[in-house]
Amino acid sequence: MTTATIKAPPGVSPARGAGRARRRAAGWLILPAAALLLVFFVYPIATIVWQSFTDPAPGLGNYVALLHDGISVTVIVRTLVTALIVAGSTLIVAYPYAYAMTKVGPRARGVMTVLVLLPFWTSLMARNFAWYMLERRDGLIDRMLGLIGLDGVVLLGTVAGVTVAMVQVMLPFMVLPLYSAMKQIDPRLLDAATSLGAPRRRAFAKVYLPLSVPGMLSGFSLVFIMTLGFYITPALLGSPQQSLVPQVIGQKVSALLDFGGAGALGAVLLMITLLVLFVVSRFTRPFTALSGTVGNE
Amino acid sequence: MSDAVKPAVGRDHALGWGLKSVVALVGLLLAAPTVVVVPMSFSGADTFEFPPKNWSVRWYEAFFNSERWMFSLLTSVQIAFLVALTATVLGVGVAFGLDRARFKGRNAIRSLMMAPMIMPGIVVAVAIYGVFLRWQLNGTATGFVAAHTVLALPFVVTVVSTSLAGYDRTMDVAAATLGATALTTFFRVTVPLLAPGVLSGFVFAFVTSLDEVVIALFLQTPDIQTLPVQMYNSITLEIDPTIAAASSLMVAATTIVLLVPLLVRRKRSTS
Repeated sequence: MTTATIKAPPGVSPARGAGRARRRAAGWLILPAAALLLVFFVYPIATIVWQSFTDPAPGLGNYVALLHDGISVTVIVRTLVTALIVAGSTLIVAYPYAYAMTKVGPRARGVMTVLVLLPFWTSLMARNFAWYMLERRDGLIDRMLGLIGLDGVVLLGTVAGVTVAMVQVMLPFMVLPLYSAMKQIDPRLLDAATSLGAPRRRAFAKVYLPLSVPGMLSGFSLVFIMTLGFYITPALLGSPQQSLVPQVIGQKVSALLDFGGAGALGAVLLMITLLVLFVVSRFTRPFTALSGTVGNE
Repeated sequence: MSDAVKPAVGRDHALGWGLKSVVALVGLLLAAPTVVVVPMSFSGADTFEFPPKNWSVRWYEAFFNSERWMFSLLTSVQIAFLVALTATVLGVGVAFGLDRARFKGRNAIRSLMMAPMIMPGIVVAVAIYGVFLRWQLNGTATGFVAAHTVLALPFVVTVVSTSLAGYDRTMDVAAATLGATALTTFFRVTVPLLAPGVLSGFVFAFVTSLDEVVIALFLQTPDIQTLPVQMYNSITLEIDPTIAAASSLMVAATTIVLLVPLLVRRKRSTS
């Protein structure tokens, strides 16, 4: 890094001869991937959004139906509430963990990092199967809680059961941004606050907590957005009476081939996602915080 | 677990007992699924119990003797391999293009490449299913590979871009001043330096496809079912204990595959 002293002045293309033509030529390397994404990603998404306005009849019929079918609004609200609960619980669980990561020695931090990345590594279906077995009647959780006198706690088929599984898999997305924000906080600030007479707890609340807000914001928004799109976990661990937006989208398509209705719900989901991303991007950049930590692995 | 939270000797702020136990509990939550799945697959009983009372490898035998499970495994591996290959070739192109070329709309391209990561999976799945119905790509290998490549591309682009960003281009100049042609420089300098990043991209793409369920659920036909889809069906349709063996094998496979780039890197740095 210290040898990187040769810098071209602005406006002059760096050092070597082939120069501009080659720089333009390199741009063509993007073309195949861009074409693939246009055909197999942009076009399908555009089509289903288009269908939400045209299928079966042109107009806003599908969106009006969402308001009046007596179920969609409930499902959307339930999905938003679930995402809030999951993001909130993940934050509460992740905060002390990330804080501890900044305090321990390098070896313990290594172990904690591997642990927090475990959900990334564990196959999605294996993970959900494990929760299915843990949460069902006579599963490990039921029996363990039975030992301390709480009988008949069956998480399978409940919102709580879905939440636990979601929190587990979302933890990396909260811990990593939190950790990268916290490790930049100078611990001497806390010492300064206490030396000025603030009790430790107060110093933490007034100094440390506000400084960790950017990390909390990135983590919270990431988890919130990703939770909105969960399909497999609620389908396997939740109940059909408590279905979330993704399940309803899936049902509309697989059972009824109602692409218009599914498109309308999908568009709502997308709008919420983009809105959250937009609002949060005014304060912080959630995805850069993540790629800074994960990308190097 | 206690090892994970042992404070370093001589630290100013050793963790208090409260914080230690919270960390231990969170660690338990993180590890719970993995810790449960492996012992369960070695159960000797007909139904699931955890912890198992007696041990056997019968579910592994059932897995490897079942035509259906083996066929889905083979399907998954073939698709994942093709996806990894396609996504790596295309993704390396994108990373090079974004790194070396200067043109308007680079940021737009970058966002386009990352978009599949933010888009809710179910929306992508039904959208692709919709157009594939018309193009008759449902239940075809081409359809699976195309759809999974879309999801895998962001990972390859990110990983390769990162290693390109750390690539010191004075190396190219050094090779040129020593008399190497552009081609020689590329194969003797650029390729070896970028190989670990490209390998990571390949591996991420492979695992992304191997593990993908939502799109695969919609594109499945009786003739073509990936392993995760077979697992999904075996939970929802009939509880077939073979899934415990399949789960453990998936965990083992992803772990091994993801460790490969790390090991390669370590070997390079020691030799």
